[in-house]
Amino acid sequence: MALVTHQLGLEHGNGLRALHGLELKLSIGERVAVIGPSGAGKTSLIRLLGCALRPTAGRLELFGANPWQLSAGDLRRLRTRIGTIHQAPPIPPRLRVITAVLAGRLGRWPAWKGLLSLLYPADISGAQQALARLDLADRLFDRCDRLSGGQLQRVGIARVLYQQPELILADEPVSALDPTLADAAVGQIVAEAEQRGATVLASLHAVDLALKWFPRVIGLRGGELAFDLPAAQVSREMLSELYASEGSVVPTQGNHPIALQAFGDGGEARVLRIDNSRGLG
Amino acid sequence: MSGAQVVALPMETTLRDPDARRRLGAVLFALVVLWPLLQLAEFHPAVLFEAGNLNVMTGFLAGFLPPARSPEFLGLLLKATLETLAIATAGITLALLIAAPLAVIATRALSVASIGPGPGRWRGHALRTSCRALLTVLRAIPEIVWALMFVRVLGLGPAAGVLALAITYGGMLGKVYTEILESTDTRPARALLAGGSGRLGALAYGLLPNAAQELTSYTVYRWECAVRASVIMGFVGAGGLGQLMDQSMKMLNGGEASSILLVFLLLVLLADAISAGLRKALA
Repeated sequence: MALVTHQLGLEHGNGLRALHGLELKLSIGERVAVIGPSGAGKTSLIRLLGCALRPTAGRLELFGANPWQLSAGDLRRLRTRIGTIHQAPPIPPRLRVITAVLAGRLGRWPAWKGLLSLLYPADISGAQQALARLDLADRLFDRCDRLSGGQLQRVGIARVLYQQPELILADEPVSALDPTLADAAVGQIVAEAEQRGATVLASLHAVDLALKWFPRVIGLRGGELAFDLPAAQVSREMLSELYASEGSVVPTQGNHPIALQAFGDGGEARVLRIDNSRGLG
Repeated sequence: MSGAQVVALPMETTLRDPDARRRLGAVLFALVVLWPLLQLAEFHPAVLFEAGNLNVMTGFLAGFLPPARSPEFLGLLLKATLETLAIATAGITLALLIAAPLAVIATRALSVASIGPGPGRWRGHALRTSCRALLTVLRAIPEIVWALMFVRVLGLGPAAGVLALAITYGGMLGKVYTEILESTDTRPARALLAGGSGRLGALAYGLLPNAAQELTSYTVYRWECAVRASVIMGFVGAGGLGQLMDQSMKMLNGGEASSILLVFLLLVLLADAISAGLRKALA
C-alpha cells in the first residue's frame, strides 16, 4: 500500500473542522483524483498526506509507516519520496527557471551538491527534459518573475517531475492553465507516474479532467468522503449532489460553469457534452 | 451618481471602525510614556537658541575652519583612513562569520520540526532560544567595553578594535539576519523542507533569493557603522582615524578635526554607493 488512512481528521486551531473520519487506501501505482466544491478540504487532505500538516485525529500510513512516529531523519527520507505540486508554486520570483526545477532534487542531493549547483547548474539536460515535457524548454535560463502565472505553474510541475517521487500529490496543479495546456500537463503527470509506477493523488477543479485521466475519483464535501468510486461509476446525480453548495453546477475546464447534460449513470460516458446555450440545468 | 448602484446599508446600525478605540488608546499610551522620558532626558530644545549658547556653539564650530591641509597631516590622515577601513572591514568579516551560522540556526524560517509539528521540536526550540540568547549577550555589551579589555590584552593598535567589532557586530548582524529571514516570504523554504530538503538547501533556494538584497544592504550599513565605531574605539587607543581625532582634539586643533570629519563624510558616501551598487546587482 502506498497510502492508508484510518479515521483521518484535521481540526484547525480555531476549531474549524477541515477533515473528518477519512478512510482511504491507495495501492502503489494507483491514480486517484479528488474533486469537490471549494472549502471541501482538498488542500487540507493533500497537506496531510504530504506530511506538511499533522492530523489531529486518526492515523496515516505512508509506504507502511506512520510518518509522525518516525525519527527526524526517517521523516526527512520519507518526505523526499513525496512530491507535492502546489496550486500557487512556492518559487521565489528571482530564481531562474533551471534553479527552480533543480530544487526538486535537493532532498536527494548532498548539501554540497545543492550549493555548488547554484554556482553552475548540476544537471542542465535533466532540467531541460523536465521542462520540455511541459513545453517550456526555451525558458530554461529565464528568471521566474518573467513568466506568466500559467508558465510558473508548469515550472512547479516540472520541479516535481524532475524530483521523480514515488508519490505525487497535486493540489489543483493546472488551475492557471488554459484547457489545452491543462489537459497536456495532467497527461504528463499521468505519463510520468505510469512510466515509473508512481502513485498519484490529484485534486482537480475541472471534473472532466478528473474523469478523463484518473481511473478512480474521490468526491469530498464538507471535509468528509462523499464517494470513492471508479471513474466510470461516477453518476450525474452524485456530481450534482457533490456540488449542491455551488448551485449543482459541475465545474469543468476553462472556468465556464456548464450544466451537466448527458452523463450515463454507471455507463461509459466520460466526456461531458458542453451546452452553453441552456444555462443551468 | 448617474447609474451608480448604491448598496443600501442597514439603516439603524451605523458602521464604525472597530479598531479605532484601540488605536486611540495606543497613541495616548505612547504620549503618557514619552512625556516623563523627555523630562528625564532634560529635553529642552529652546535652550539651544538662547543668545549665550549660540555664541558658544558658533565659537566651537569656527575653530574647525579652515580644514588642515598640510602635506604632513594629509599623509597621516591617509594612513589613518586606510587603517580605519581595514579595522571596519576585518571586523565586519569576522562578525559575518559569527552571525551567519548563528542566524541559520536561530531563524524559525528554517525550522524543520515546526512543520507538522514533527519530531525534535522541543530540541529545536531550545537550540533556537539559546542561539538568540548568545546573540543578545554578544551585542548587549558595547564594543567600547570589549575594546578597552582587548587593548589591555593585545596592547594599543587595530587588533583590539577588530575583535571588539567582530563580537558586538556579530551579535547585531545575527539578530537582524534572523529577523530578515523570518520576515521574507518563507513559503518557498517551507515547501522545500516539506519535500525533504536540508536546511542549507532551503536557505539557498528558498530564502536567499528573496532576502539577499535586504541582507546585503543591512550588512553594508553595518560596515558604515563599523567605520564610525572604529573612531570611538580609536579614542581608547585602538588605532585608525579615532586615534588621530583624539590627538587633534586634545591639542585643540579644530582644523585637523574638520579634515577628519570630511573624510568621514566621504566614507559614508562610499558606503552608500557600495550599497546601491550591490542592491542593483542583486535586484
